Amino acid sequence: MAARYRETYIYSFGGILAAAVVVFGIYYILTGQGERIDIGWFLETITPYMWATTGIAFAVSLSVIGAALGIYTTGSSIIGGGVKAPRIKTKNLISVIFCEAVAIYGLIIAIVLAGMLDKYDPLKASPEKIAQNYFSGFAMFGAGLTVGLVNLFCGISVGIVGSGAALADAANPSLFVKILIVEIFGSAVGLFGLIVGILMSSRIKMGDI
Amino acid sequence: MRFQEFNIDNGYLEGLCRGFKNGVLKQADYINLVQCETLDDMKLHLQSTDYGQFLANEPSPLAVSVIDDRLREKLVIEFQHMRNQAVEPLATFLDYITYSYMIDNIILLITGTLHHRPITELISKCHPLGSFEQMEAIHVASTPAELYNAVLVDTPLAPFFVDCISEQDLDEMNIEIIRNTLYKAYLESFYQYCQTLGGTTAEVMCEILAFEADRRALIITINSFGTELSKDDRVKLYPTCGRLHPDGLAALARADDFEQVRGIAEYYAEYKELFDGSGNNPGEKTLEDKFFEYEVKLNVYGFMQQFHFGVFYSYLKLKEQECRNIVWISECVAQKHRAKIDNYIPIF
Repeated sequence: MAARYRETYIYSFGGILAAAVVVFGIYYILTGQGERIDIGWFLETITPYMWATTGIAFAVSLSVIGAALGIYTTGSSIIGGGVKAPRIKTKNLISVIFCEAVAIYGLIIAIVLAGMLDKYDPLKASPEKIAQNYFSGFAMFGAGLTVGLVNLFCGISVGIVGSGAALADAANPSLFVKILIVEIFGSAVGLFGLIVGILMSSRIKMGDI
Repeated sequence: MRFQEFNIDNGYLEGLCRGFKNGVLKQADYINLVQCETLDDMKLHLQSTDYGQFLANEPSPLAVSVIDDRLREKLVIEFQHMRNQAVEPLATFLDYITYSYMIDNIILLITGTLHHRPITELISKCHPLGSFEQMEAIHVASTPAELYNAVLVDTPLAPFFVDCISEQDLDEMNIEIIRNTLYKAYLESFYQYCQTLGGTTAEVMCEILAFEADRRALIITINSFGTELSKDDRVKLYPTCGRLHPDGLAALARADDFEQVRGIAEYYAEYKELFDGSGNNPGEKTLEDKFFEYEVKLNVYGFMQQFHFGVFYSYLKLKEQECRNIVWISECVAQKHRAKIDNYIPIF
């Protein structure tokens, strides 16, 4: 019941927002002020610090959300299944470790990116330096968002597979190793995000020097 | 309910329920039980299964009714534990499952009261899963209408009375008609509730409940041949949440004998198979047995998917079927009449 109300609220809020954007856009265009809708201005006037720090925030927060979703999904199934089949308790902690690894990837990228943050003086810096800083800001945003989203979905998937693995192991012990292979593939996906994030952040140079 | 959120409230209980289901007796256990010579042998074999020491405190010689009571008690303890730990919406779902037992209990109590049986004797015969707070107060009423006004209107079953039975009907109607009318209202209400839950729960449960509805319609029709139940009264008892609605039910309302019912069932592929292999000759399975087998098959399918409530319903029904199997085998062993001992319904 509550889920249906929540969906109604979300759809109506999204609908009103989209309608407002469309109405404003059409108003501007029709009154000859079309240049006011300027994406380039928007991207340029936001300082690179904002992009960089938002990227770092996404990296760690979305990863942790993914890991948390995974851990509670698999953890509650392990506990439930472990009542009648206590032997599954220790083996199935591997699933929890895979989920935790996802959070650690996000933490690594966030620390690496945070270490590259540096301030610059926009009035005294040369145009190349300003361009470099903008590039760094965007790159940090991209890297952080990539890693965050990849880890979010990786965590969810490892959690659901881990829950299935625990319940299948409780029923038939020979199934655990086979389902673990599926989980390893799910975990590998998280690693892809980490690699791309590291690649993106390798060219970052922020600051005056 | 989406996959991610299911486990927050229900993950532990689903794991627990599947743990209970893993303890359901397998084919190897049944083969052992069938070879027993006495009830004490059976008690020994059951000790090595999930049942454990449940008969430990019973004085020998064992009676089949004692085994039946202890089996049911174990099932009730497990179910009550899960119900106590459940939150919404699982709590309402589990409550819906208990309403069918409540209906049976109320009919038992009404019948007993009308025949002036002592209330304590009746209460001890009631199914524990269907107990409700006002059970002790049933004897204050002398007619069903008084009963409804005083007692039943406070129970969760009140909506099922309201929709279909008026006060005059309660006094005049045959008690079995009341039972079937209540059950029809309950089944349709449960079906609606599962539809609102949506997702995998709706998929699994609505299939099971649709079969239950169709099975009741077919059994009511077959049993009503040769009785005073008129065709119009029969139509009012058919639940409408199954596959037979609306065309099959309309055809069933006009049916006059078993062959016509078989003809109607042949329009539906699943039911055609059930009617095909069945008969009343020795060596063939009866129609009821085939219905039980199909129900067991649907309930086992319920466990193939994760993150839905159907596992709780299926677990209860499979455990009940297992209790019936064990009691059947016990009766055959106790009476030393082993001809039909293999007629239990295999589950796994």
